[in-house]
Amino acid sequence: MSEAVSSSTGYWKKNQQRLAPWLFLAPGMAMFVIYVLFPIIESIWISFHDWDGLGDKVWIGLGNYVELMGDDSFYTSLKNNVLWLVLYLLSIPAGLAVALFLNQTVTGIRLYKSLFFFPFVISQVVVGLIFTWFYAPDFGLFSKLIENLTGQQIAILADERFVTYGIIVAGLWPQTAYCMILYLTGLNNINPEQVEAARMDGAKGIKLLWYVVLPQLAPATFIAMVVTVIGSLRCFDLVSIMTSGGPYGSSQVLSYFMYEQALSEYGFRMGYGAAIAVVLFLIMMIFITLFIVRMLMQERNS
Amino acid sequence: MFPTPIQKASPFAQTAYKVVLPLALVLWLLPLIGVAITSVRPASDLAAGNYFGIPSGFGGIENYTAVFRDSPIGLYILNSFKVTIPTVIGAVALSCLTGFALAVYKFRANLLLFFMFVAGNFIPFQILMVPVRDMTLKAGLYDTTLGLVLFHVAFQTGFCTLFMRNFIKGLPFALIESARVEGVSEWRIFRYIVLPLMRPAIAALSVLVFTFVWNDYFWATVLVQGQHAMPVTAGLYSLNGQWVAAWHLVSAGSIIAALPPVAMFFLMQKHFIAGLTLGATKG
Repeated sequence: MSEAVSSSTGYWKKNQQRLAPWLFLAPGMAMFVIYVLFPIIESIWISFHDWDGLGDKVWIGLGNYVELMGDDSFYTSLKNNVLWLVLYLLSIPAGLAVALFLNQTVTGIRLYKSLFFFPFVISQVVVGLIFTWFYAPDFGLFSKLIENLTGQQIAILADERFVTYGIIVAGLWPQTAYCMILYLTGLNNINPEQVEAARMDGAKGIKLLWYVVLPQLAPATFIAMVVTVIGSLRCFDLVSIMTSGGPYGSSQVLSYFMYEQALSEYGFRMGYGAAIAVVLFLIMMIFITLFIVRMLMQERNS
Repeated sequence: MFPTPIQKASPFAQTAYKVVLPLALVLWLLPLIGVAITSVRPASDLAAGNYFGIPSGFGGIENYTAVFRDSPIGLYILNSFKVTIPTVIGAVALSCLTGFALAVYKFRANLLLFFMFVAGNFIPFQILMVPVRDMTLKAGLYDTTLGLVLFHVAFQTGFCTLFMRNFIKGLPFALIESARVEGVSEWRIFRYIVLPLMRPAIAALSVLVFTFVWNDYFWATVLVQGQHAMPVTAGLYSLNGQWVAAWHLVSAGSIIAALPPVAMFFLMQKHFIAGLTLGATKG
C-alpha cells in the first residue's frame, strides 16, 4: 500500500512539469471546447439540414447554400457588410486625429481624454437609442441639421438610400473613441529622440507624422485594424436596435439576417440560419487568419 | 513628443486650443448630453414640442421615479449584476490558470492552443448561436441567468487567456526557475509566486469583462426570453417599444443602464485603459 503511494508520488514528482500545464489548462479548455469549438462544428453540420429547432433534422446537403445564392436578402446583407467594413475603417484615421488633438499637457487634459472615451464605455443599445432619437424626423437634432444643410427633410432611418449610412455613423462614434485610446497610448510610448532628431533635420507636420511617427505607431494601428474589422463584421446590436434590418430589409447585415432567419416570428429556420452563419464565419476567418499569421510572426521574432 | 507641445506655440494658438478643447468635447458628447438633459425634462416639454431646447423645469425626480415605479428596470439591473459578477469571477479565475499554463510551460501544442483561444475571441457570435441555444435549452438553463453566465465565462476566457498569458510572459522567469530549484511544487509556484504578481492584470481584466458582459445585447436576446432573467440591455430595448415617443423615460432608462459600466470605468480608469490598449505599444 505504502509502496503504491510512494510510486505514484514518484511518478508525479518526475512528470510534474509535463503534466502540470494540462491540469492548469483543463477547466478553461473544457469550457472553451463545450461552448466555442464544438458549437462551430455543430453549426456547420446543422447548415446541411432543414431544421426548425425542435423536430428531427432533415439532411438536405447543400440545399441551404443553394437557396442562399438565390436570396436577394443575402446580397443586400453582403453589400451592407462591405459598406460597414469600408466605412468603419474611417474610425482609425478619425481616432488618430482625435488622439493627436488631445496629446497635449494642459490642465485637465486627463479628464478630457476620459470623457472623449466615454462613448465606448456605454452599451451599443444606448448608443442606438440615442441616435434613433437624433435621427427622428421632424424634431431630431440631426434631422434638423440635415434639413438646414440640404433644404429637404429626410427620414434617415426610414429611407432605403441612407439607412445603412445612418447606422454606420452611430457605430463610428464609439469605435473612433476606441481607436483614439489606442493611439493615445501609442503616442505616449513613441521614441522622443527620433522625433527630435527628425525635427532637427527640418521635418515637421504631415511629413513628420507620416515618416517618423506613424511607423512607430504601427502596433497601435494593427490593433485598431483588428478590432475595427472584427467589429464591423460583428455589427448586430445597432442594426437590431435602430431598424431591425428595415425598411424592407435594406439595412440587413449577415449577422442580423442570420438571427432573423433562425429566431424570428416567421418561424425557426435553424438550418438556413446556420448556413448564413457559416458564410459569415468563413469571411471572418480570412481576416482572423491574416491577424493570427502576423501575431505568430511577432511571436517567432520575440 | 508629437505633435509639438502647445506651450511652444504662439500665445494666440494656446488660447485658441484652450477654447476649442471644451467646445470639441461638447460637440463630441452632444448625443449623451442630449440624453442627460432629456432625462430630467418634464413630460410636458415633449408634448409641447420642446425636444432639444432648454427644459422648462426640472422633472428628473419625477422621470426617474416613474421609470423605477412603472417598469421592471430595477429587476433588469439586478439581473445584469447576477450575470456580470459571476462571469467576471469565473472568466478571470479560469484564465489565471490557462494564462499561467501557456506562459510558463514549453510544450508542443502551446502556441496552437494559444492561437485557438485568440481566434475564438474573434469569431462571429452567430456561428455559435444555434448550438449554444439548443444546448442551453436541453440543460434546462434557457431563460436563466446561469445559462448566460456559463456561456459568457467560456467565451470571455478566450480574451482573458490572451491577456493573462502575455502579462505573465512579462514577469521575470528567473523567479519561477529558482523556486523550481528549491523544489517548490508547480501549484505552489502558481499560487504563492505568480498569482500575487498578477493583481494588476486581474484588476484590468475584471473591469473589461464587466463592461463587455454588462453591455452584451445579443446573447441576452438569444438565451433569455422572460423578464425574470432579462439583463438591462435587452430590457431597455423592450421598454423602448412600450414607451413610444416617451423620450424622457427612454433617456432616464438609458442613463440608468449606462451608469454601472461608466462608474466602473471612472473608478478603475488606469486598469481599464491598460487592459484595452494591451499590445498597442510594443511588438
